[in-house]
Amino acid sequence: MKITEQEVRYVAALANLKLTDTEVARFQADLDGILEHIGKLNEIDTSNAEPMAQVLFDAEETATLRADVPAATLGDRAALANAPQSGAGYFKVPKVIER
Amino acid sequence: MDIPFLTIGRVREGLLSRRFSAADLAAEALRYAQAENPKTDAYLHFSPERALAAAKRVDQQIARGEDPGPLAGVPVAVKDVILTKGVRTTCGSKLLANYVPPYDATAVERLEQAGGVIIGKTNCDEFAMGSSTENSAFGPVRNPVAPDRVPGGSSGGSAAVVAQGTAVVALGSDTGGSIRQPASFCGVVGVTPTYGRVSRYGLTAFASSLDHIGPFARSVKDSATLLGVIAGRDPRDSTSADAPVPDYTALLDGNVKGLKLGLPREYLKELMSETGDLIARGVGVLQSLGCQVREISLPSTDYAIACYYIICTAEASSNLARYDGVRYTFRSESSDTLSDMYRNTRGEGFGAECKRRIMLGTYVLSAGYYDAYYLKAQKVRAVVARDFDNAFQEVDAIVAPVSPFPAFKLGEKVDDPLAMYLSDIYTITGSLAGIPCMSVPCGNTAGGLPVGMQILTRHFDETSMFRLADAFEHAQRR
Repeated sequence: MKITEQEVRYVAALANLKLTDTEVARFQADLDGILEHIGKLNEIDTSNAEPMAQVLFDAEETATLRADVPAATLGDRAALANAPQSGAGYFKVPKVIER
Repeated sequence: MDIPFLTIGRVREGLLSRRFSAADLAAEALRYAQAENPKTDAYLHFSPERALAAAKRVDQQIARGEDPGPLAGVPVAVKDVILTKGVRTTCGSKLLANYVPPYDATAVERLEQAGGVIIGKTNCDEFAMGSSTENSAFGPVRNPVAPDRVPGGSSGGSAAVVAQGTAVVALGSDTGGSIRQPASFCGVVGVTPTYGRVSRYGLTAFASSLDHIGPFARSVKDSATLLGVIAGRDPRDSTSADAPVPDYTALLDGNVKGLKLGLPREYLKELMSETGDLIARGVGVLQSLGCQVREISLPSTDYAIACYYIICTAEASSNLARYDGVRYTFRSESSDTLSDMYRNTRGEGFGAECKRRIMLGTYVLSAGYYDAYYLKAQKVRAVVARDFDNAFQEVDAIVAPVSPFPAFKLGEKVDDPLAMYLSDIYTITGSLAGIPCMSVPCGNTAGGLPVGMQILTRHFDETSMFRLADAFEHAQRR
């Protein structure tokens, strides 16, 4: 077995995902099968390969930089418009610290 | 106006000869799309106000004697992972069911500047994760060609509206095949341009090193026109390339004589099927046009799926971290503390496939596993990309299948995620390399299901890809 139910619960906690017991069992089986397939990668020799983080294309080194000029921003109202709860120009969340 | 058979050229001709106005066309296209949509559920919602405003701008330009732009008056559909200011953008997710973006994606902005008329947003797999559009929180899309079958995915809605005739062209997004595979399943043209060719500003991020925006159309020419409009450097996306955008349609002259094509033996050896036969017939057509065909090898093909599903899930787990109940509309109501709110919001909001990928991505990035999975996958990706570099020393373009099989039945594969992942094999390799690739219709199975042929070319050489696809399309019609 590549992954246990206990590990599934640990990973769900890392990902901030609340899972039901049924989901834990389901994902344990699914991930196990997928990780089994992924094990294939051990067969391929990558000793001469540099990790590829991005598709690279020819460009000047500074091509991704732009002039540092202030521009208009969305503004509070637009930025907060989709918030489930907001007030006084802020996103509101449940209490973090108990009194 | 014959809405379902319109092309960009016919719309332009009708407008400039004053046979109809853009406003009339927009109203008629909306009426038709709304009436036909229940057959497929390809549209999630429509944007009549925005469409009529855009159409009126086109009419005013024409009245003033100005050029109304290459997409003047053309009814366009946009996949619902691409942001449209003031028009709901759900990403096929319960989490964003009521999300109304405060800004436009660059691709959306550009297509409206070119005169395009956005009539609605199309259904897709949740956050573009899937190969059948069955992972949408708002229900599946039916394939317009065969209503008991899937349209493919994740851009299934965009492929379906173009096939159904309820839009002339559409925007989709492609991470591992999400434009090419549904295009193949629905019998339309679908283009994944070079990575960096089209700005992703305003595309909801799934796997940032692999995400693309690209066009769907009923002809190669129309897909080339749309790509020409949306392509090019955008300062708001630092990964967009500052490469000149050729006038693609001007270069479609039908002459592909002497072009060297490669057939990857790793793709065809296992394709003893109707799909394989249709691809072989397509290759014959290209030969008859004067192309030289030879067999090539992409030796690391077998490892592409494993590599892709590590990279895309790792990136997805990071990108989807933002849906935590603070900023984006949906928040679980049953939470007293902040950390419960995060967990419950995500647990209640995400569908099964998103959760599965977040879990896999979090696992492969977690302490102790990074080198074995993520770093290894990045190295394998370099090897897969090198395969293509080597192949393009010998040939100008690669011809391949898009999917091992045509559109499958709704529900047929939902219970086997690994089988679904494995079916992405022919599209994923090109995605990992970041090269331009497209699906062009190459015939139907005996059962009447469309099959697409894939054409892949060198980085930023969409021109050769379009020229080949266009010549092929015309030869098929003859």
